Amino acid sequence: MKFLPLVWKNIWRKKFRTTFTLLSLFIAFLLFGILMTIRAAFSFGIDLAGLDRLVLIHKVSLIMPLPVSYQARIQQTPGVELASHQTWFGGVYQDPSNFFANIAVEPETFLKIYPEFKLPPEQIAAWQADRQGAIVGRDLATRFGWKTGDRVPLTATIWRAKQGDTWEFNIAGIYDGADGVDRTQFFFRYDYLDENRAGGQGQVGWYVVKIADPARSAELSRSFDDMFANSPAETKTTTEKGFVEGFAKQIGDIGAIMIAISSTVLFMFGLVAASTMAQSVRERTSELAVLKTLGFSGGAILTLVLAESLFIAFAGGVLGLGLAWLFVQTGDPTGGMLPIFLLPARDLVIGVALMALIGFLAGVVPAIAAMRLRITDALRRN
Amino acid sequence: MRWISQTLAVLALNIRTIPARLSSSGVAIIGIAGVVVVFVSVLSIAAGFSAAMEGSGSPDRALVMRSGADSEMVSGLGGPEVEIIKQAPGIRRAGETPLVSAELLVVVDLPKQSSPDAPANVPVRGIEPTSIRVRDEFSLVEGRMFEFGTNEVVVGRGAHGQFVSMNVGDTIVSGQNRWPVVGVFAAGGGVAETEIWIDARTLQGAYRRGNSFQSVLARLDSPESYDAFRDWLTANPQVNLSIRRENEYYAMQSQALTRLIRTIGFAIAGLMGIGAVFGAILTMYTAVATRAREIATLRALGFNTGSVLVSILAESLVLGAIGGVIGGAAAYLAFNGYQTSTMNFQTFSQVAFAFRVTPGLLAMGLIYALTMGLIGGLFPAIRAARLPIPVALREL
Repeated sequence: MKFLPLVWKNIWRKKFRTTFTLLSLFIAFLLFGILMTIRAAFSFGIDLAGLDRLVLIHKVSLIMPLPVSYQARIQQTPGVELASHQTWFGGVYQDPSNFFANIAVEPETFLKIYPEFKLPPEQIAAWQADRQGAIVGRDLATRFGWKTGDRVPLTATIWRAKQGDTWEFNIAGIYDGADGVDRTQFFFRYDYLDENRAGGQGQVGWYVVKIADPARSAELSRSFDDMFANSPAETKTTTEKGFVEGFAKQIGDIGAIMIAISSTVLFMFGLVAASTMAQSVRERTSELAVLKTLGFSGGAILTLVLAESLFIAFAGGVLGLGLAWLFVQTGDPTGGMLPIFLLPARDLVIGVALMALIGFLAGVVPAIAAMRLRITDALRRN
Repeated sequence: MRWISQTLAVLALNIRTIPARLSSSGVAIIGIAGVVVVFVSVLSIAAGFSAAMEGSGSPDRALVMRSGADSEMVSGLGGPEVEIIKQAPGIRRAGETPLVSAELLVVVDLPKQSSPDAPANVPVRGIEPTSIRVRDEFSLVEGRMFEFGTNEVVVGRGAHGQFVSMNVGDTIVSGQNRWPVVGVFAAGGGVAETEIWIDARTLQGAYRRGNSFQSVLARLDSPESYDAFRDWLTANPQVNLSIRRENEYYAMQSQALTRLIRTIGFAIAGLMGIGAVFGAILTMYTAVATRAREIATLRALGFNTGSVLVSILAESLVLGAIGGVIGGAAAYLAFNGYQTSTMNFQTFSQVAFAFRVTPGLLAMGLIYALTMGLIGGLFPAIRAARLPIPVALREL
């Protein structure tokens, strides 16, 4: 501890170099934070998808409808806690560029299956009382300045209303949720959709089934698919996690490639910073020899050098990662294109580990060299 | 004149000594090259995707969908509506036949070659016999065209490269449907190359669509005939349609993803650029510091401050240029023509495309590299020019 002032002096002996090394590391970790956020966004919240929820879609494709009559049959299957259906509406609010997911659901079963959507009880009651009611995510409400009680028109793209192209909704509630929950969605009542659409009555998009025991998901998936085999609407069942994973894979490798290139370059930046730090230790070999002459042990010198390089790595890194975290808290800058916008805690831990690694790599080689140094050689070198 | 020759002399000296400062110059070059790789390769994704989408449409074709539909996928047109559309003015004719194709577009789940366990939404288009004459960029590259009235299909070049069992002789299985593949086609590099084409009547049967379609593609006499075509259909009270030029329709669909990728590319490359500039500043400061005495000597000999300043800036620009060229070349070699596919969210279906490292992108990358070099050299150059000669001579 008493040598801290010495470490501090050593760090700032070349103010210019240290400042820019710190700045480089700062930028590198800021970028690391942002990249990991983008990576999480491209995975569509896969970490939060439930293993105890199965998704049942038409075997040919998700866009093909299923009959609403399947619900009772699924619900009766032993091992099923609750079955609910959803239907993609694809409505447009004012302009097609204002994209957000709008889905018709059954309020009661929907809220039971998705406990992560938090809603005050009076808003749930309001939703259940109003056929045209809809609940919207906190982020979506903020984006368009909606409050409960507002009337929101959506223009139909798939389901035309009997009276024309425009459907009217009342905002009954605004749901919230923990980090990573998609708060950009718009849910409204299926009974309103089914009664008011010009065609396609009795059809739903897909089913979400909550099962009692996640270990039985494969077995139950098979039994659903067998149940509807050879019917006009055959099904394909996967866990919700598998479903989200499949969806993320449809985006393909472009996200992965962007992340991979950027991470490689970032890693290179880290190495460059480390080599600059290592160089500043090498330049001081003779001073380290003087310290040894004064009676510093090899271990003490190793500690001094490592303390210095670790300090620089952590100072730059923590500031950078911290700023990235603050930036992510301000929300999605693309206005709704990235519904999942957060910096996962796991990546924060990885970031800190990387700082330690860079600091260690930068310090350890010259420090060991210094430790093994024969005093006479080192002093003669200059 | 003397000023220029002085500058050149100092510059030559600087550049000849770069190898002596290799490790420090290397830091700057690697940093700048890395940024250029990221910048060029990320933007090449956007360039490839938008090229595939924009190459899909032609201004002398009009796409007709149901009013309110923003993509073919959600549109629906009845047989009688299609007959009305075929009577509109401005449509090119081959003899008596109007060059109009009423089509269906659905997606089916089929496995991707890169991830066989996860199905991808592959678009299937039901076409009429006129369709091939409406799209003159269509050509077969393998096998033969399917027979109308059968369940045979032809697959696009992109689909052939991205999805499983898309070779001539394979059979595509989707639900209870079995579709033998008899040919592979090209369509000018556009979106259609990711599609499977089948007789519209077969698809109507397989999907219980009756006599209904989703869109009508019309070949116009000329791009100028579009207004007459649209106005006639808009004024017709029997139908309620949305009409667009085909190229505008596809350009609009590519906007969202292209913008997202560009935003990410610019943001990442911008931030990395700041990091690389720091690296360059560090390098040039070191370069100036190690030669403070030489620089001071030159100035004492009568070389003017301007030429010292310019020569250091020029050295930094040279480092930037080397980094830019290396980075551009690396991005080009690694990614130009890389085949992949992604989801087009507007139609909820896959689009195969190739990354495109265009000359424009390479030029932008080089300009960016030079800018980084210039900014990196500026402060060290000013410092070198300002350093009092006696102090500098005494240094070391």
